[in-house]
Amino acid sequence: MSKIELKVNGRSHTLAIEPSTPLLYILRNDLDLRGPRFGCGLGQCGACKVIINGVAVFSCITPVSSVKGEITTLEGLSQNGRLDPVQQAWIEEQAPQCGFCQNGQIMTAKALLDKNPHPTDAQIRESMNGTLCRCMSYFRVQSAIKRAIKTMAESSPAAGEKVVA
Amino acid sequence: MSTSGTIPKQIEEMLVTHRRGFLKNAGLLAVSIGMFGAISEADAQSSNAAAGPGRYHDPDFHQIDSWIVIHENNTATFYVGTTDPGQGTGTCFRQLMSDELDIAFDKTTCIMGSTDITVDQVGSGGSNALERNSWPMRRVAAEARRVLLEMGSQRLGVPVDQLAVHDAVISVKTDPSKRVTYGELITGKKFNVSLTGNNINRITGRARTKSNPELKYTGQSIQRDDIPPKVDGSLKWAVDVKLPGMVHARNVKPPFACAKLTGIDESSVKRLPGFIKVLSKGNYVAVVCEREEQAIRAARQLKTTWKKPATSPFPSSEDLFNYIRSATPAAAAETVEVGNPDAAFSGAAKIIEAEYEIPFQGHTAFAGAHSLADPSNGQMTVYTNDMKSYSMRRGIASFLGMPHDSVRVIWMMGPQGFGRSAAEDAAFEAAWIAREMGRPVRMQWMREEETAWDTKGPAFLVKMRGVLDSDGSLIAYHFHARSCDYNHVGYNEPDTVLIAQLMGSRRARPAAGSAAMPSDMYAIPNRKMVGEVVGLPAVWETPLRTGNLRDPNGPQPTFAAESFIDEVAAAAKTDPLDFRMKMINARKDDDSGFRRARSIAVLKAAAEAYGWDSRPSPNPTGKGEILTGRGIAYAFRGHTVVAQIADVEVNRQTGHVRAKRLVCAHDCGLVVNPESLRHTIECCTLHGLSRALHEEVRFDTEKVTSQDWFSSPTLRHADIPERIDIVLVNGDPNPNRPDLPPYGAGEASLKPMLAAIGNAIYDATGVRIRRVPFRDDRVLAALKAAGA
Repeated sequence: MSKIELKVNGRSHTLAIEPSTPLLYILRNDLDLRGPRFGCGLGQCGACKVIINGVAVFSCITPVSSVKGEITTLEGLSQNGRLDPVQQAWIEEQAPQCGFCQNGQIMTAKALLDKNPHPTDAQIRESMNGTLCRCMSYFRVQSAIKRAIKTMAESSPAAGEKVVA
Repeated sequence: MSTSGTIPKQIEEMLVTHRRGFLKNAGLLAVSIGMFGAISEADAQSSNAAAGPGRYHDPDFHQIDSWIVIHENNTATFYVGTTDPGQGTGTCFRQLMSDELDIAFDKTTCIMGSTDITVDQVGSGGSNALERNSWPMRRVAAEARRVLLEMGSQRLGVPVDQLAVHDAVISVKTDPSKRVTYGELITGKKFNVSLTGNNINRITGRARTKSNPELKYTGQSIQRDDIPPKVDGSLKWAVDVKLPGMVHARNVKPPFACAKLTGIDESSVKRLPGFIKVLSKGNYVAVVCEREEQAIRAARQLKTTWKKPATSPFPSSEDLFNYIRSATPAAAAETVEVGNPDAAFSGAAKIIEAEYEIPFQGHTAFAGAHSLADPSNGQMTVYTNDMKSYSMRRGIASFLGMPHDSVRVIWMMGPQGFGRSAAEDAAFEAAWIAREMGRPVRMQWMREEETAWDTKGPAFLVKMRGVLDSDGSLIAYHFHARSCDYNHVGYNEPDTVLIAQLMGSRRARPAAGSAAMPSDMYAIPNRKMVGEVVGLPAVWETPLRTGNLRDPNGPQPTFAAESFIDEVAAAAKTDPLDFRMKMINARKDDDSGFRRARSIAVLKAAAEAYGWDSRPSPNPTGKGEILTGRGIAYAFRGHTVVAQIADVEVNRQTGHVRAKRLVCAHDCGLVVNPESLRHTIECCTLHGLSRALHEEVRFDTEKVTSQDWFSSPTLRHADIPERIDIVLVNGDPNPNRPDLPPYGAGEASLKPMLAAIGNAIYDATGVRIRRVPFRDDRVLAALKAAGA
């Protein structure tokens, strides 16, 4: 049992916990978050993904003691009560079916677009390939990513200048 | 309507906390425990929410009050006995019921599938949501409107025929200032109106339902109400329920099929942190710990010893089809015969023969089966995502020997449920352990457990023969299927759920299973169709137990039948679409042309959307590594008809098959929500692609070896076609029929997909592969063998 400090979605937490505990169970069972979910426990499906230092990581195979940096979960994507453009695109495209995997889809896409705001279709497929969906909502998820790319480009200052010019 | 009991604290908490932040974000309001739509906080708690301690009575489906509650603020809550695993049917129910009741869609909400507060419509399954289950909902809503109009007539002192109703406001036609709302009429009272009909599907009042042109919300692409909370993280899923004092359980499965437990060494886990107990009965073993990760560790670390069965429970997956070929059927064959096929074969000029193999395919839910069971007050409350909560309630009551009215099942959202998933097994296990422990218990299956031990869609071996006459017509046809489906498990059966089997339950006469026939749509004068079921050596305590998997027994016979038609068309050097059209056009004996006309319309629509040009297959056009081809297949599922066209690329060097483009033309009668329907068809089509390219349960002679997402591959982002066209066809002989009903759409588009892909591979390569899935190694071996 160790004292572990975690910063999640802007809030700090101190927990007395076994350091090898996978982050997923702490987020879900101690911090009551619902975004990251158990899908495989093997780092194969993506249901558990959270963003740490800009990277979407599998929280199901990440020991809590190894976490360095602030954790963002699905709940933490919205800013000032406004959904992230990625989430908004998900609603516009009606992307989920059952929706259980969508945490992984959204978090992976968010990390991708933060790093590369204009991925090609091939890059989208490659970056998303480790994030599974058994309802097969993939086509809509890819459409939602393309929509998010478009809306983010339109709302960014650079795009605004371009329009003026 | 008054509250039927005190709301337990945890339910109250769920009702209240769910919608935090959501209103701001999405402009919508939703409440958990299967409740979706717009409703105020006060309403959520004053409606009949959930019963507390006390008997859980069945809501009486003969009462309007069991289906519809009108609130004082002129909103309505619909209580329906179905579940929506994510295909938008909940939104569709609201559209249809809002139309019949004459209330604004956004003033309604819908609660689904919790046994003590919603009537028993079975739950979901069989693509029945709109085709069957929506009808009683509509008739009750229409009756409620009629009753409200009568109340309005009394209140306003004007005959009903002089009243108008719009958005839940009744007004006098000649003087619209004289008005009264539904909420004002009902003011906390009940309808207290009885309906007639001896079963729930026949339930009706005196009012007639509206004709299609009168429906306002029906036919609109209203956004699904469950999507915003799934996207912002606010939805409370069945996996999210937490109760005071709850503990975590994990199963310890037998390491091989039919193994007998000979010992448990509890000392191997006793000192682990959080360890509470090992539970065992017969061959069923589970561990219980305070925390989830502790239970996972303890289940992995528990030392158990098992005795192998004397004989192998099954052949290996490599030997499966030889086994099926030589097995003795479990029961007499089911046979359909038309004309004189034997005579046609004996005098045939050209006979074409082929044999098709479809392996076991898994349900393989995205996440492991799970459930939380609460044994408080000597009762049992089970939280589950299983699509059939009502049979679960009966099954668990029987399994535990508890009175029916001491058990309730609360349905909540979960990972996809496309049939008889292991969600049922987990719920029975949670309930049994909860009663043993006297504490709420959460059971969760691990990945390898789910993939290996969930129910499987049966393997099929299909032999087909046909006679081609001199002018290129198929004049005789013989379909002979053998399905490996003996002891097919039903839904929530207390004697066949896995925990019961492991504890020693044996049914004297296992379920016979079935070997379905393909859609019988072509004018073939002499045909014989035979279905036989065979069993594996092990019937009980085996991970190869079969159960309904999306379109049960549909894709397998259709793969054989629609591949075979393609083979015959190729032998006749005829375009495969023209070949089918000719046989459909000639089919005059079928229900006044209803099926014929719709088949033609759907095939034409698919061909037009695709840009189909008439030519025989094969036609390898690609150069170098990549060969390209197109394939078509079509099928009926119930009254729904679907045509699929696939464009594929086949890599000659690697054997890799990639679908570049898919076109699906689909006719399911009345369309309630076009966008939601497109979404369902799209996902279902891709599920078919996944089963065509990837899915196969592999096993050695003692255990299933497909255990994770690498050993049990599924479709991935990289497999997704660049383009998918969904064409919604209304191929009814009279397309503007005012009473055209909705038919099922949850499964149909999967049915012809395996054949469409196989036919496209043949078109591209000239090589016919009669075994799915079309994995790289299998395709490459077939290409090499054919010198292609």
